[in-house]
Amino acid sequence: MTGKSHKAQTPGRFGVYGGRYVPETLMAALEELEREYGKAKRDPEFKQQLEDLFRNYAGRPTPLFLARRLTEKLGGAKVYLKREDLLHTGAHKINNCLGQALLVERMGKHRVIAETGAGQHGVATATVCALFGFECVVYMGTEDMRRQELNVFRMRLLGAEVRGVDSGSRTLKDAINEAMRDWVTNVRTTHYLLGSVLGAHPYPTMVRDFHAVIGREARAQILKAEGKLPTAIIACVGGGSNSIGIFHHFLKDKKVQLVGVEAGGRGERLGEHAARFHGGKPGVLHGTYSYVLQDDAGQIATTHSVSAGLDYPSIGPEHAWLKDTSRAQYVAASDREALAACTLLAQTEGIIPALESAHAVADCVKRAPQMKKSEIVIVNVSGRGDKDMGILRENLKNC
Amino acid sequence: MPLCFQSRPTLVAYVTCGDPDLATTREIVLAAVEAGAGVIELGVPFSDPLADGPVIQRASERALRAGTTLEQVLTLAREIRRRSQVGLIIFSYLNPILRMGLTRFCNQAEEAGVDGALVTDLPVEEADEYLREMRMRRLATVFLAAPTSTDQRLRQIAKVCSGFLYAVSRTGVTGAQQQLRDDARTLVSRLRKFSKLPVAVGFGISTPEQFAAVGEFADGAVVGSALVHTIERNPGKEPESVAQFIRELLVIGRRSSVLSARS
Repeated sequence: MTGKSHKAQTPGRFGVYGGRYVPETLMAALEELEREYGKAKRDPEFKQQLEDLFRNYAGRPTPLFLARRLTEKLGGAKVYLKREDLLHTGAHKINNCLGQALLVERMGKHRVIAETGAGQHGVATATVCALFGFECVVYMGTEDMRRQELNVFRMRLLGAEVRGVDSGSRTLKDAINEAMRDWVTNVRTTHYLLGSVLGAHPYPTMVRDFHAVIGREARAQILKAEGKLPTAIIACVGGGSNSIGIFHHFLKDKKVQLVGVEAGGRGERLGEHAARFHGGKPGVLHGTYSYVLQDDAGQIATTHSVSAGLDYPSIGPEHAWLKDTSRAQYVAASDREALAACTLLAQTEGIIPALESAHAVADCVKRAPQMKKSEIVIVNVSGRGDKDMGILRENLKNC
Repeated sequence: MPLCFQSRPTLVAYVTCGDPDLATTREIVLAAVEAGAGVIELGVPFSDPLADGPVIQRASERALRAGTTLEQVLTLAREIRRRSQVGLIIFSYLNPILRMGLTRFCNQAEEAGVDGALVTDLPVEEADEYLREMRMRRLATVFLAAPTSTDQRLRQIAKVCSGFLYAVSRTGVTGAQQQLRDDARTLVSRLRKFSKLPVAVGFGISTPEQFAAVGEFADGAVVGSALVHTIERNPGKEPESVAQFIRELLVIGRRSSVLSARS
């Protein structure tokens, strides 16, 4: 049941992780989604439609930008930034939403629900629903609605209904619970547009595939610019979609270090952070077997991070596999480090990253100076910081 | 033979253990049995009950605030078993069981005298190890069947299910509803094609009329949220209130069931 007998190549399994742990009512919908996605993958028309939307609607490819002043300031490896923050709606999330929207159309469904933490996935979902003419309901913890007020307004402006979730910690985890309750009730007419590489199979694989374009572009771009592969790639990890997106096409390049940065929050005690690989244990949450922050009785822990998008007690199952096999390494950056990195990037490069992405920048600030000048590091700037102005102002009073 | 469905319909009563505390849950269960419940589902509170509606969510929160754990629920089961031969099913989400360890859970369930378990978020595909461990100890493995389940899935479910089949009356979370839809009746007749096990219908049964209606086509009716709500509304006199609720349900429910059978 924990997948001990499964091999890594079993669909929906990454080593022992992944799987499909949901109430029976949802099983048929997951089977349908898996089938429909399988068909779409083999259909050249689907691929062409998606590429067209990527290019002409979302603004792909995104640039790979050499951050000269940051590189100089850190005094070590050459730092490149993958500019997912320049995408339409301001973050990588749109990649996955466009892919799933095409699937919703193929399945003939008209109602879409989603969860959101920072609001970026909610905004991207509301956006594609407007584009495709779907009814859209977004679930969001009321604590996150407070933290990301601007995104709540954006979603409503785009025609989505935002439903506040008042249970538990009133953050991403609780928004997913409520979205799943809606799905289990309206499953015959509704598609759940899950926003990360989480949940039951096929979501972790499918969402990864839609984001793999990030790494595919980055790999070609760095080879063109430098004629060699980077030493390291750094990305933040909440559920883990932007990181798996940039990692995927580098997995076979064994010499490229893949670094995932979790939210270290404000302390090491359970409840003070969202670093699943620093205190989490394997378990099942929201349909998948992965590392989960939990207590000794198997109750899911609350988490804390200054960034709503990283504030989640579990992590995508493929990351758990990459961690166990040591293909990727996972570190944590604290709230304070992320805030400092955000300011640093703003003032050296004129780029204000989302607080989520600032965690990746924070690790780069620690890592690059230890590296040789001939080495290259790519940081995935998964989103832009406009949505975080309120919280930045609160936290950076002397700014 | 504790999991028996002789009276029609048999009342399967769900309670969230530890709401308001474990000692009270024990008294509630014994009162429910006395009042005529045939099978008891001992609900293990979970922090993220995504298949449950607001009533059971609130009960789970209260139980967790009181510090309830799966181990304690198994101890409670043992105490109940000492005093009653009623059918006992552990009703849980998967994570608390995984954290305890599957083998340890099954051992303790067997020692406690539990008859079986139902794990809400464990579909048949993921259940190999669970089935092995449970069968080794002759513990019943109850699975959910849903109106959305395909025939192929119902066949698989029927194959691995033991004790009884739990037919979910509708798409949705647990909780009361105004009207039982045809979904339930259709699902039960589809299930009968694949299995000879008793079928209990659950989700949304709260009134004697609904109880009677289910009795026309199913062997058992699960009442959960309505009982939990009764517990919530009657602090200090939970066991008596639950017993009274059940007596009314059975008297009116079985009478109208007999009447409709005659007509």
